[in-house]
Amino acid sequence: MTTQALEVKNASAGAASPGIRLTEPVAKLIDTSTCIGCKACEVACQEWNDLPAETTVNLGTYQTLPQMTPHFWNLIRFIEVEMNGQLHWLMRKDQCMHCSDPGCLKACPAPGAIVQYQNGIVDFQQENCIGCGYCIAGCPFNVPKLSGQTRKIYKCTLCVDRVSVGLEPACIKACPTNCLSFGTKDALLLKAQKRVDQLKSSGFEAAGIYDPQGVGGTGVVTVLAYADRPEAYGLPANPTIPMSVVLWKQPLKWIGNLAILGGIVGAFLHYLRYGPKHVPEGEKSKQAAGGGPA
Amino acid sequence: MTNGWTDIQNADVILAMGGNPAENHPVGFRFVMEAKRNRGAKLVSVDPRFNRTSAVADSFTQIRAGTDIAFLAGLINYCFTHNRIQEEYVRLFTNATFIVHPQYEFKDDAGVFSGWDEATRKYDKSTWNYDIGPDGFAKVDPAMQDPRCVFQMMKHFYARYTPEMVSNICGCSVESFNRAADIITSTYPPDRVGTIMYALGWTHHSFSVQLIHAAAMLQLLLGNIGCAGGGLNALRGHSNIQGGTDCGMAYHNLPGYIAIPKQDQPDLKSFYATLLPKPLRPGVMNFTQNYDRFFVSQMKAYYGLNATNDNEFGYSWHPRLPNGAAPGTYENWSWAYIFDHMSNGMMEGLFSFGMNPVNNGPHSRKAIGALKKLKYLVVAENFETETASFWKPEIIALDEEGTSTADVRTEVFLLPASNFAEKDGSFVNSARWFAWKYKALDPPGDAKTDQEIIARIFLKVRDLYAKEGGKSPEPIRSLNWWYTNPFQPSLDEVAREINGWALGEVKDEKDPKTVVLKAGDQLGKFLDARADGTTLSGNWLYIGSYAAAGNLAQRRVNADPSGMKRFENWGYNWPANRRIMYNRCSADAKGQPWDPKRPVIRWNGEKWVGDVPDYKPDSPPEAGMGAFIMLPEGVARLFVPGQFAEGPFSEFYEPTESPVANVLHPRTSANPGVKPFKGKWDLLGKPDEFPIVATTYRLTEHFHYWTKNNAYSVQLQPEFFVEISEELAREKDLQSGDMVRITSARGSIQGKAMITKRIKPMQVAGKTVHQIGFPIHWGFLGRGKQTGGMANIVTPTIVDPNSFAPEYKGFLVKLEKV
Repeated sequence: MTTQALEVKNASAGAASPGIRLTEPVAKLIDTSTCIGCKACEVACQEWNDLPAETTVNLGTYQTLPQMTPHFWNLIRFIEVEMNGQLHWLMRKDQCMHCSDPGCLKACPAPGAIVQYQNGIVDFQQENCIGCGYCIAGCPFNVPKLSGQTRKIYKCTLCVDRVSVGLEPACIKACPTNCLSFGTKDALLLKAQKRVDQLKSSGFEAAGIYDPQGVGGTGVVTVLAYADRPEAYGLPANPTIPMSVVLWKQPLKWIGNLAILGGIVGAFLHYLRYGPKHVPEGEKSKQAAGGGPA
Repeated sequence: MTNGWTDIQNADVILAMGGNPAENHPVGFRFVMEAKRNRGAKLVSVDPRFNRTSAVADSFTQIRAGTDIAFLAGLINYCFTHNRIQEEYVRLFTNATFIVHPQYEFKDDAGVFSGWDEATRKYDKSTWNYDIGPDGFAKVDPAMQDPRCVFQMMKHFYARYTPEMVSNICGCSVESFNRAADIITSTYPPDRVGTIMYALGWTHHSFSVQLIHAAAMLQLLLGNIGCAGGGLNALRGHSNIQGGTDCGMAYHNLPGYIAIPKQDQPDLKSFYATLLPKPLRPGVMNFTQNYDRFFVSQMKAYYGLNATNDNEFGYSWHPRLPNGAAPGTYENWSWAYIFDHMSNGMMEGLFSFGMNPVNNGPHSRKAIGALKKLKYLVVAENFETETASFWKPEIIALDEEGTSTADVRTEVFLLPASNFAEKDGSFVNSARWFAWKYKALDPPGDAKTDQEIIARIFLKVRDLYAKEGGKSPEPIRSLNWWYTNPFQPSLDEVAREINGWALGEVKDEKDPKTVVLKAGDQLGKFLDARADGTTLSGNWLYIGSYAAAGNLAQRRVNADPSGMKRFENWGYNWPANRRIMYNRCSADAKGQPWDPKRPVIRWNGEKWVGDVPDYKPDSPPEAGMGAFIMLPEGVARLFVPGQFAEGPFSEFYEPTESPVANVLHPRTSANPGVKPFKGKWDLLGKPDEFPIVATTYRLTEHFHYWTKNNAYSVQLQPEFFVEISEELAREKDLQSGDMVRITSARGSIQGKAMITKRIKPMQVAGKTVHQIGFPIHWGFLGRGKQTGGMANIVTPTIVDPNSFAPEYKGFLVKLEKV
């Protein structure tokens, strides 16, 4: 997507150049207690991002699709659940959470395929994506989706092209009840807390903010009337980056590097001991005939 | 709406009942959320289903579809038994003090009001009136103690609706009713205000007008009408349905809600005799006495210079409603009746603009059978519709067995019309806000605007009359077609004409030497209109919208100087740019606001200030003019004299198709005022064969039968579905996603089962009753995967006897697994 006017803080498989501009982290606030599940955000997302309509079937729910797809980055989840002796029809906008410590970025082996801008937006750069799917394993929220058509991965960009020119994301603009808002993360946390206090005074004692610290906090802050039960909304209670990704990127990475180093040293010692390799004549002509590596 | 969308922000309590605003009015629903966020307002949802509105409500009560009057009557009784009445308000602004006719009564056991003749099944409504004194005015008891005063009569009438009775009829628990009632009636103190938001969930019944009447009674008892954050607010279902109704869309009204002239009113004098009422209390404004000005000005708009004093302004050219078969009745040309007449071969042709009768009328099969009887059908649309294509094999097959396309002789014209974004013009929203819109893009291909299509047809017809004469040429040849481009009248010119202008010098009525308006000046206020033919106005309600300052519908000033969310310089709010109707009721006997924090208007010693007063601007409060200036009583009608078909108070009757007999009076179970059609299509089912209560509704993802042509909307709700409780699903061995068949006495449709916790079985009159619901948006045609169960194949042809709205909600079906 557009990288103009934004400085990259982190990038996959390599260090980003440090920026000098003061950029505050941005965020989106989703107040699930005032969401009416109208799906205006779903269509606004598709229209702004020029995504084609999906072919869907009715699965016995108001939910458009079971999960997000490469063409559908913003999905309202509809959940019927009985809590405190009352029926609730929970509606939550599901999308990329734009983690401060993004598991996708950590897991990605392709240089520059996933970047994190100074303002916190985590964005996929499809031109660098190799379609390996490691980011899918690295995401605790089951967000990135692999396109069978292009073999690239897609997800919400937080409308980085709009944000970089001073506009709010398309979903925010479309929301009729103002249950979505956009701004700096600090401001939105204050706003979220105000709403939580209101909910508490209306009898929702467990109301709270979902901003999980296991991924360093998220760029999507969610107000829940039952913050003690995020699973009821389809959110993991304590999301963290999967251990495999953490190990691979930290201790295991050094083991890997050590192995590579060992290989190089071994090859050099081998050369010193045995000299250059002599290939028999027959083998040489096979290669020349276009055999290539197996 | 008596109030407006933005005003909902001022409410303390919001009752969403007979409507699902979060689903069907999501943009306006923002103001409900603002009230919750900013004022801590409580939202109460009462509905047959736990719906999108219920999902964000503070309280939800499930009721059986079609039992809303019993619920509201229970709330009225709750007000009386818990003394939750704003008594001073009721005394000042309602007819609670009026004494009723000595012979008026309600027979509890029979379930009928006085005047009922069982043999003819008709009412003589003469006792549904006030006790009129020798001075010609109604007698009153300001203390409201007389046992024959409306207050006491009403208290007694509604005492039958105890919480237990409500529970037994509606199927909700007593606790759930009491919980909701406690919140709803908490607005009786002068400094608390509640609003009601309703829509087609109340109007789609065989007792819909009485339902709104019951809600109005409740709001009056609680002192909520006329106040900021209060009112009784009808949420209109289309962007311009309010404008359409204002401008004479219904057959029995002319533009501006002036009753249409009747066949037995051969001249202006006899027409005026019924149009202009006499006051029922001294000192009231009785504004309706001005309707002669508005009628003559409208005739001048139609016939221009051809309308003269000598020809009674063309009165004889104007259509008059023909007498009906029975004496004292008139023909009915409302929606369901049009199709009944068509079905009986009474009609040759139909022009259908912006409507899809096959899908949106009740009982689609009857509509299809009726269209087949036409000689010609003209449809102007931007998509092909089931109506324009009723002759296609798969649709005509819904007619009688064996009907095929070859049997259809109707000549069908489908004219490509531009849609709303392809033309300029205006929308009038639910809040009566008249707002101009601008064309976004040109219509594609040969598509034309509606006004161009109508103009071209009119000009051709006029030419034919000029060349060939014809039966009645004057109404057509005398029409005032003054537009600069007669083939495509500019809507700006039409807006100017709707407001109207002076044709000659308009003089001050008290001082004839003073000229108020010169010829050509736009009218500025209602009383600028004259009954002598010196003014022209297409619709008096809109006088002031296009005055000297130009087209006020184009204003986009979002300033709110009062801080009361009035936004008085945004668009134009008929009448007179008044944001809250009946706003005299927002202030006490001395003219001071009941709630000083929420003023609407106040008397400053000289005049009323604030919102545009719904009152004579300089009439002091002690003059007691009466807050309801349009009524001859000057006060709101709790007891409605002689106007409605089924009684002066709102009584609960069962839907025409009901699983149980009315527990209050089984002998008169359903509305006795209803006159069912008697044709071969007009079938009703019995509960032993069709035991399940069904209701229909719309989805936020779709707009009627239109968005089935839009791939994005189709993906959001791709298939016709039926919402079924978990309990009923177990009984029928159903899983979500199974195909089910719904059958009524009229037909059957199939769809996907959606098993949900959001509908529960109910205990009604000692019996377990199941309820299902399904949306309307599917049909036969669409640019996508949008064919599927067309809901109205199963709905009945029963209509309300006052509004003639069909009973689309609360009818009987059976449910089977396919």
